[in-house]
Amino acid sequence: MWNWFHRLGAPRSFYDISGRILPWFAIMASLLIGIGVVWALLFVPEDYQQGHSVRIMYIHVPAAILAQSGYAMMAAAGGVYLIWRIKLADIAMQCAAPIGASITFLALVTGSIWGKPTWGTWWVWDARLTSTLVLLFLYIGMMALRAAMENRESAGRATAVLALVGVINLPIIKYSVDWWFTLHQSSSFTLTETPAMPMEMWLPLLVMVFGYYFFFFTLWMVRIRIEIINREYRTDWVRQLVTS
Amino acid sequence: MIFDSLSAFIEMGGYGIYVWSAYAITLVVFAYNIVRPLLMRRELIRVQRRILQQEQAS
Repeated sequence: MWNWFHRLGAPRSFYDISGRILPWFAIMASLLIGIGVVWALLFVPEDYQQGHSVRIMYIHVPAAILAQSGYAMMAAAGGVYLIWRIKLADIAMQCAAPIGASITFLALVTGSIWGKPTWGTWWVWDARLTSTLVLLFLYIGMMALRAAMENRESAGRATAVLALVGVINLPIIKYSVDWWFTLHQSSSFTLTETPAMPMEMWLPLLVMVFGYYFFFFTLWMVRIRIEIINREYRTDWVRQLVTS
Repeated sequence: MIFDSLSAFIEMGGYGIYVWSAYAITLVVFAYNIVRPLLMRRELIRVQRRILQQEQAS
């Protein structure tokens, strides 16, 4: 088991293994998102209160979920790097930030578009929206901090610390709808309890959430592989890879 | 199928502008996330190949 972890932690083995599973993740992502989008746009019934605007939920809620769990995974990679100094963990942390930032941006924009017909406003400074905006700034801060530092190792350590400190924001986002009075409705998507919506609305949402997860992992692997080529350019195997 | 005509599908019961703009922005951000790393990879390999050629030449 530990042996296997060490092997996966080596950039070269990660490059080989990820190259083999990457196509399957890409296929799963396109299948699930393709099915989910057709389902959400054509077959989900109209909501009795929100009408057809409820179709925005199928691209908004998975984005919001991925924005947060993407951050948790990035911070976990940061923790692994701080403790064990595994180079691949630093690469993973670096590569998660731009993907997470764009997904958080999506969650905010689609939420805003959904909010206009539902609440009558594009934006309110309430707890859920503001803490999600803070999440976007954390992702951008991660990228800016790394770009600003010359030394790769100290940049890795500094961004890892920032990522871990920013984890405080995650429970704030999660419980904001319970702790403060907010326009944002409380969470309606859950795997562990009876869902608050009918099956015919919940199931396509589940498909989309899985689709977004596969999409995230696909993009993450692609970026990690590129960064490995970038950092390991002095090794023989990368030289061979580049020239072949 | 919920809609009985194409125009009903586009109008979305008056919510068309919101639904379609949200889906369009999602499509753009997804496409950017796919295309951007592919371009990065191509550029990176081009640059590294040139460096290697220069090293071998000198």
